[in-house]
Amino acid sequence: MHGLINCALERFVRDTYGSPIWADVIRASNIEIDTFEAMLSYKNNITFQILTALSQTLEKPPGEVLEDIGMYLVSHSNNEALRRLMRFSGVTFEDFLYSLDDLHDRARLAVPDLTLPDLELLEEVGGQFELLVRANMPGIGFVLMGVLRAMADDYGALVFLEHKGNVANCEKLSISLLENSFSEGREFHLGRAVGE
Amino acid sequence: MQIPTSLIPTFNKLLPMHLSLSGNGEILHTGPTLEKLNICTNICGQNFLDLFTVSRPRNIKTIDALFASNGRNLHLHLRNDETVKLKGVIIPDADDDGGLINLSFGIGVIKAVTTFGLTSADFAPNDLTIEMLYLIEAKSAAMDESRKLNRRLQSARIVAEEKAFTDGLTGLKNRRAMDDLLKQLIDKGIPFALMHLDLDYFKAVNDTLGHAAGDHVLNRVAKILSEETRDSDTVARVGGDEFVVILPKNPPIEKIELFANRIIKRLQQPIPFKGDFCHVSVSAGTTISNFYTKPDVDQMLLDADLALYASKHKGRAAHTLYTGDLRKNETAGSETEASHQKIA
Repeated sequence: MHGLINCALERFVRDTYGSPIWADVIRASNIEIDTFEAMLSYKNNITFQILTALSQTLEKPPGEVLEDIGMYLVSHSNNEALRRLMRFSGVTFEDFLYSLDDLHDRARLAVPDLTLPDLELLEEVGGQFELLVRANMPGIGFVLMGVLRAMADDYGALVFLEHKGNVANCEKLSISLLENSFSEGREFHLGRAVGE
Repeated sequence: MQIPTSLIPTFNKLLPMHLSLSGNGEILHTGPTLEKLNICTNICGQNFLDLFTVSRPRNIKTIDALFASNGRNLHLHLRNDETVKLKGVIIPDADDDGGLINLSFGIGVIKAVTTFGLTSADFAPNDLTIEMLYLIEAKSAAMDESRKLNRRLQSARIVAEEKAFTDGLTGLKNRRAMDDLLKQLIDKGIPFALMHLDLDYFKAVNDTLGHAAGDHVLNRVAKILSEETRDSDTVARVGGDEFVVILPKNPPIEKIELFANRIIKRLQQPIPFKGDFCHVSVSAGTTISNFYTKPDVDQMLLDADLALYASKHKGRAAHTLYTGDLRKNETAGSETEASHQKIA
């Protein structure tokens, strides 16, 4: 697994629950690494061991934990860079949805060895969408649901999201876009302020 | 060239930084993004060359020359702000007089976006500028992470090196550090003295008072050696109870003798340990790189060792300076190794 993913997990736990909880999770997951480097690679099972231990430590179902991680990734102030990268995808939340098909390739442009899930957006009528998430990472659909929820807030859109299950490594999300500009949303300037 | 009213929305959307010019250079219409560059309150009606300077090619000073550049790459900047650099191309109208200029920010786009607060709507929908800005941010974020990783690896490397060159018990340098330093001194041609020291009666301390007492003695010896040497000297523990002191810059022989005798004297004081006293002393032998036409690490270590065992033969707690005579005795006797074992 790419270090960025393990690193994101670590930062999520440290920023949300504090370093002592991270130490507990590491102990419970029986891995010998206690801090991850974003630019190195790690064995796949390490990520899953941490996730299992995390869900047990927090006494929360894995799906909820994964969704929290997704929300954290784009809404926490420590991840402003990632939020900005996501906002480059479109001017409105709807634009953003249409750009999800490119997410995999966009990530590769930035970090060539980072493999994100393949996404396919299916449009239905009346602001109704279905998102197919194909990856060898069970549960990644929940992370994506968190990301979508946080991005909707960011754009000021009103959405209803639902995880429709996983069939043969393909997770299905249902997205109802109720209103594109429901609230103000957060500001986004193309140019970064100096020093950011 | 007058753009037909029906086509103005098309031009504005697809070429948001265009200008249409009349034959004498009067600006007839501009795209909406150019309005944001604080050029002047009303761009239309002004002469193009009053607002823009063509910096490359240099010879374009007149409207006729501008039209004649037909299709060539132009480098321009704003007259009221030379830091705003633009790229452009002019296409004269084939039927009418005048023509159409299209501008872009070129590589200066990053600065322009911030300076003028531009948004995606200020670029044509199929313009790659937004992708480029995305890529720049993504790459700098990735580069940032790599830089941080490099910094952490660098400090980890320094710590690991420090550990690799340090004797865990005494904190002195170890044999590897000594080998490294000797090689460096010889390579750089810096003259030095090499003193080999070996504790006397150390085994007895270990056997009667235990290893903790032995360790205590070794630490005490390390402390004395460190106290008696200068910062430029190096003290290494190279074996169980063997130490090497490297004195660079060729100290005079009398000074070496004085230094050795101070150490021998201090170590003859019994070392207290948990209500008991450890009795050790030290024997030492020294050789100097200037003794050799071409100093060699192994040879010098061997000779210092020879001098050290001469001290042991003298009855211990002594220091001997290496001379060629020692070697002659050695070859004559050729039993030194065996007697080393016995004496040590």
